[in-house]
Amino acid sequence: MTGHSDDRAPASALRRRLLQGMAALPAAALLPRAARADKPATAAVNTTGLAVTDDTVTVGILHSVTGTMAISETGSVEAEKLAIDQINAAGGVLGRQIKFIQEDGASDWPTFAEKAKKLLVNDKCASVFGCWTSASRKAVLPVFEQYNGMLYYPTFYEGLEQSKNVIYTGQEATQQILAGLDWIIKEKGAKTFYLLGSDYIWPRTSNKIARKHIVDKHGLEVVGEEYFPLGNTQFNSVINKMKLKKPDVIYAIIVGGSNVAFYKQLKAAGIDLSKQNLMTISVTEDEILGIGGENIAGAYACMKYFQSLDNPNNKLFVPAFKKMWGQNVVIGDVTQAAYLGPWLWKLTAEKAGSFDVDKIAAASPGVEFKGAPEGYVRIHENHHLWSKTRVGRARTDGQYDVIYETAGLMEPNPFPKGYQ
Amino acid sequence: MTARFFLRPQDLLFILVMALLILVVLPMSLDIFRLNLVGKYLTYAFVALGLVLCWGDAGILSLGQGIFFGLGGYCMAMFLELEGSTPEATKIQSTPGIPDFMDWNQITELPWFWKPFHSFIFTLFAIPLVPMALAFVIGLAMFKRRVGGTYFAIITQAFAAILTILIIGQQGYTGGVNGITDLRTLLGWDIRPDHAKLVLYFVNAGLLLACIVFAYWVRASKLGRILVAMRDREDRVRFSGYDVANFKIFVFCLAAGLAAIGGAMFTLQVGFMSPYFVGIVPSIDLVILCAVGGRNSVLGAVYGALLVNWARTTFSEDMPQLWLFAMGGLFIAVVMFFPGGLAGLYRDHLEPALGRLFGGRAPTPPGSPETVTSMVEQPR
Amino acid sequence: MIFGYSFGDLGSILAMQGFAGLILFSVYVLMALGLAVIFGQMGVINMAHGEFMILGAYVTYLCSHLFTAYLPGLFAIYFFVAVLLAFAAAFALGLLVEWAMIRHLYRRPLDTLLATWGLSLVLQQLYRSIFGAREVGVELPDWMMGSQHLTDTIEVPINGLLVMGLTTIITIGVFLLIYRSNWGKRIRAVMQNRTMAAAVGIDTEFVDRVTFGVGCGIAGVAGSAFTMIGSTSPTAGQLYIVDTFLVVVFGGAASLLGTIASAFSISQTQSTIEFFLSGSMAKVLTLLAVVGILMLRPQGLFVLKVRR
Repeated sequence: MTGHSDDRAPASALRRRLLQGMAALPAAALLPRAARADKPATAAVNTTGLAVTDDTVTVGILHSVTGTMAISETGSVEAEKLAIDQINAAGGVLGRQIKFIQEDGASDWPTFAEKAKKLLVNDKCASVFGCWTSASRKAVLPVFEQYNGMLYYPTFYEGLEQSKNVIYTGQEATQQILAGLDWIIKEKGAKTFYLLGSDYIWPRTSNKIARKHIVDKHGLEVVGEEYFPLGNTQFNSVINKMKLKKPDVIYAIIVGGSNVAFYKQLKAAGIDLSKQNLMTISVTEDEILGIGGENIAGAYACMKYFQSLDNPNNKLFVPAFKKMWGQNVVIGDVTQAAYLGPWLWKLTAEKAGSFDVDKIAAASPGVEFKGAPEGYVRIHENHHLWSKTRVGRARTDGQYDVIYETAGLMEPNPFPKGYQ
Repeated sequence: MTARFFLRPQDLLFILVMALLILVVLPMSLDIFRLNLVGKYLTYAFVALGLVLCWGDAGILSLGQGIFFGLGGYCMAMFLELEGSTPEATKIQSTPGIPDFMDWNQITELPWFWKPFHSFIFTLFAIPLVPMALAFVIGLAMFKRRVGGTYFAIITQAFAAILTILIIGQQGYTGGVNGITDLRTLLGWDIRPDHAKLVLYFVNAGLLLACIVFAYWVRASKLGRILVAMRDREDRVRFSGYDVANFKIFVFCLAAGLAAIGGAMFTLQVGFMSPYFVGIVPSIDLVILCAVGGRNSVLGAVYGALLVNWARTTFSEDMPQLWLFAMGGLFIAVVMFFPGGLAGLYRDHLEPALGRLFGGRAPTPPGSPETVTSMVEQPR
Repeated sequence: MIFGYSFGDLGSILAMQGFAGLILFSVYVLMALGLAVIFGQMGVINMAHGEFMILGAYVTYLCSHLFTAYLPGLFAIYFFVAVLLAFAAAFALGLLVEWAMIRHLYRRPLDTLLATWGLSLVLQQLYRSIFGAREVGVELPDWMMGSQHLTDTIEVPINGLLVMGLTTIITIGVFLLIYRSNWGKRIRAVMQNRTMAAAVGIDTEFVDRVTFGVGCGIAGVAGSAFTMIGSTSPTAGQLYIVDTFLVVVFGGAASLLGTIASAFSISQTQSTIEFFLSGSMAKVLTLLAVVGILMLRPQGLFVLKVRR
């Protein structure tokens, strides 16, 4: 089931990718012989029987391309493929070209576990980039720990987890939440909050942290907290309640298709987001595609990356992404975090001088990626990333204006004291 | 072998072939990873077996078998989770000694319905009995009031949807959408390493063979014949003095119990249980296994489970997008063109050919094409 | 002060909540009507109902793009054109499906269920291949996305009003079609006694086909309407399908009146509980109530008196 990276691309992108591949060929051929002979021997970089040859190293991509989660995970797959292409064009990892095997998690968690096992046991992938929902990560985590694989997980998530076998390239909950709350309390003078969420672990844990921060740290008030089943499409009752409670800030962590329903109904109910403060940590540019920019314009989003971010890395990243996947695609926070995965793995492998999972895991803390589209990231001892947190304000064209960023990098703290 | 023995010689031969396949051929030819996958497919075969009795024989289509598979699996998972959540293993939690997801949801005491699952004996009984009890309640309410057919099918489906929302919503008690994950040991025995997987595979295969024989026995008994009669001409059976509803409830419970065993074995072999199985989609997928194999054939259902899942794994590794077309096409093709499934194809084409080949008269099996026709074309 | 609200507030709550309940009611009716027409009149369950709805939503999406590109002046009213086209597209696909699949399975209702499930998988993947896996945003004219102030504290969303209007029109249309037209007589004749209907010269095959098509067409309209309140993606049909089935099952499946009564009771219960508790609890409590009642009355609220 191994394939060169090119033969896995969707048909529409195939030609483009082939062309790119050809463009990269002469560069590789021009490399001086010495440079190529330079690379370390396979036996030295791979002592545990991973799929590494003298010229290639095989990794896995594990996301849902079918089922309900395909809506969200498509961007991550695209970002990971772009990163792999770029790394290959730049000479690969430890002198080896990356080949990838893509598997479909099909939006169901048992399938994720099965495919993860296949990638590790059958294909001996040196690392795997994948998963999106917490449930899929929870399903594959025991597999990665048992078979000693390496997973790069891109989504912002609830924390409460730390594993030798996982690098979390998205933000954990405290990183994402606290700075945004501090900002809106200071800048907007917010006193009362209404917390909303889809009913599962991430929104519940995040709101728990938000509530503690609002009530215990700032001494302000939470006037309501509510959860809705995943896929809920009716929000009129809660919108009525919010109209009566008149919170200073609506804090919304609604995910998936429900998002679209929520913002459309909010707008239809006459709640004007240019006057009513609304802060979300779950709506990236990807989600706005479905919601429609005109329905969410004015809302604040708190995350680490926005497509409109103004820095030299991002000015290269966005056009490269669009060149590969089409001019109309958008790039959200998770997509960018997925892009970090292959790069961090490459940098770590080069630091460790080996593909061995144990050595990668040990070498990860301290690895920094200066070319990150979000600016700069560094891996913490707890395998999460140091990163800045930013607040963006949604525009009608579906992009965010970045209006605030933390001065320094936020420390990842998956088991936050005082917030549990 | 006496004349009254419920297995005819040819049945015995078929069962032996199946036993040979799953006990010898597959373990010899597959590596442990693929064998573990086959073990997983075989857990679905339990459900398909139940569906043969309930749908093929009695004509009751349940689109909620995932509920029972899931409940069986959850019973097993609760026991394993409690075994893993010792106060020592969970000492970083605010409340040690309870499963981690409860701690995250500010639950400070083990809920009452979890407590009995500390006992392995209780768990063993709960695995089939809890789902059967639910099936009994549903069956009682529905069949006593003569609800059946399509309407029953969508009610079971509504139940699947409701239960999923309940499980996901009550995450403090159930693990929510994540399910119950990272199960490691059974009575101190690590279920994760390869040799454990091998043992579990054989336990699973052995249980399945036992269930197959049991299914044959049920079908050969008077009960089995009443079920078929009921499917084809329900009123006549009723007018003959039988309480049709009781038979339906019984076979529905039986199917639920079989599904639950499959679910428990799934939990053991895969190491977690997810609310996904309780939902609508897997329940319908389970029906298609049975339809592909042949809704009137016990062994056909097992082959169907193996084949469809093998195809799913293979296709989705190579071309995930195409798989949905293939799966959808399979549904439509089987229903429209081969209502007898694989077993029907064998019976209609291969068996007569084999009969001619060996010169003998092809035996006429009980589930001959007439049966299929009458079953599928009953007046509504 | 009750529940922390003043009496003036309570008045507005009552008005707005009543309205929210009515919107939910309309949504449920619109979702379930197509399914109920097909099931009630033909005994066939269309598991691809959700996908027919999404077809309507994608038609609306395409329409919005066509109007933006070629008829920007008429963008304000494109939605009405889209609703008609959505009906036409779903109706046409329904006819095709009936001709190719369903008519061969009329004597096997359970198999219809499986075959249409297969169809739903194929359609989902088809949408994904054509429109991409991501959600698409359906842009609506500004006038449809606001709200109407009635008093200072009471305002009603316009898209809610539109859904209610559409539902009323469709419901009246269906009633007229089935109970007041010649065509309806034929449908009912075929439903009650197929053989006799054929004997008196009704083309039962044709009646079946058109009834199925109409059911699918209504689903298409529903999908088009839901672009105002929900998301459009290959799998969005599944968001609605559970509620749809519950409404139909609870209503007794064989009766349109039952469907409407059931939609009314479920929506009112849910929106009332939702207000006093939270969304998730409301759903669970409503579902439990539905289950409890189904246990006592498994045939649903309204039943046709037939001997089984």
